[in-house]
Amino acid sequence: MSLARAGASRDRVPVPPFGAFLEANRAAVYRFLTVAVGPGDADDCFQETFLSALRAYPRLTDGAKLDRWILTIASRKAIDHHRAGGRRAVPVDEVPEPGDALASSAPPEPVDAQDPLWAAVRSLPPRQRVAVVHRHVLDRPYDEIAELMGSSEATARANVYQGTKRLRELMA
Amino acid sequence: MTPTDLNLKRLAPSADADRSARAASDRLAAAAVDRDLLDVAVARVASPIGELLVAVTPRGLAYVAFEDEDRDELLARLARELSPRILEHAAAADDVRRQLDEYFEGERTRFALRLDRRLIHGIARDVLTATAKVPFGRTTTYGELAGKIGHPKAARAVGNALGSNPIPIVVPCHRVLRAGGALGGYAGGVSRKERLLRLEGVLAG
Repeated sequence: MSLARAGASRDRVPVPPFGAFLEANRAAVYRFLTVAVGPGDADDCFQETFLSALRAYPRLTDGAKLDRWILTIASRKAIDHHRAGGRRAVPVDEVPEPGDALASSAPPEPVDAQDPLWAAVRSLPPRQRVAVVHRHVLDRPYDEIAELMGSSEATARANVYQGTKRLRELMA
Repeated sequence: MTPTDLNLKRLAPSADADRSARAASDRLAAAAVDRDLLDVAVARVASPIGELLVAVTPRGLAYVAFEDEDRDELLARLARELSPRILEHAAAADDVRRQLDEYFEGERTRFALRLDRRLIHGIARDVLTATAKVPFGRTTTYGELAGKIGHPKAARAVGNALGSNPIPIVVPCHRVLRAGGALGGYAGGVSRKERLLRLEGVLAG
């Protein structure tokens, strides 16, 4: 990742104690996951995200831009979650529409479970959904979204554009 | 760019996310322990001499901090010298908490805790090992301790080593006084030293 590159041009920032890192980033990660995987699965993904970070933590040599690092991990978890969700979906009488796998794991008691925006968000393909959340929930710039999702900036823009367009159609 | 009907932020209000994230963080520490991913657990312990912050590692108790110690600075030091995998986790200190409670209630005169001595360096290793042998309710002097570790002239170095004790109370540096009976110094403040010595019956009242 670009952490190493950035590290070369300036002094390294000491890696903070994990508790401080967690405290500084947990709210953003939770917000991201709530919309990216749904309130019902946000908690599990949150645990997986920070446990992965904890596993890798002793190997970090630079404490700069850890907010991007954790959102990169969270993005991967969110996308993996959608793929895994598709694989371990329980058999049902009606075959759900593609991308609708999460509709079955409906949020327990979100802010407003009836908000039609939830259904619209759930219908987005995983990478569009993740990109849209980075852009419209966390207000991240496109170059950063590209970095977080390991894609080019053009792809990040396309994902956000397509996802937003679809949401707008669904909410029209 | 985002019209009101597309305001995705309303699906995850900050206040809700803050609350959920805090609750999830508490569960994270337990999950980390289960997976052997937590190297240092810190926990608060209430005590009559102010809230203590203790650091426990898989090897044992590594640090006891008094409440006026700068916590960010302490955590940064633990991250540097032990491991950055530090989380607050109350349950990890249950045994320490129980024994300290018993000590402060006068029901315990010696601690049965494993210690992690990685934060004790150089001459302090010998000094604190000798200090640990001074029993409840008894005292020694800087000079005596210096003699015990084979450096009878190093009373001042002994004082410095005691001042650096990362595990006060449990490693009872408060039982070391100046020759002649003056209390001498204490990293946690002389009034705390006095409190502890009174609790142990060394000082009246």
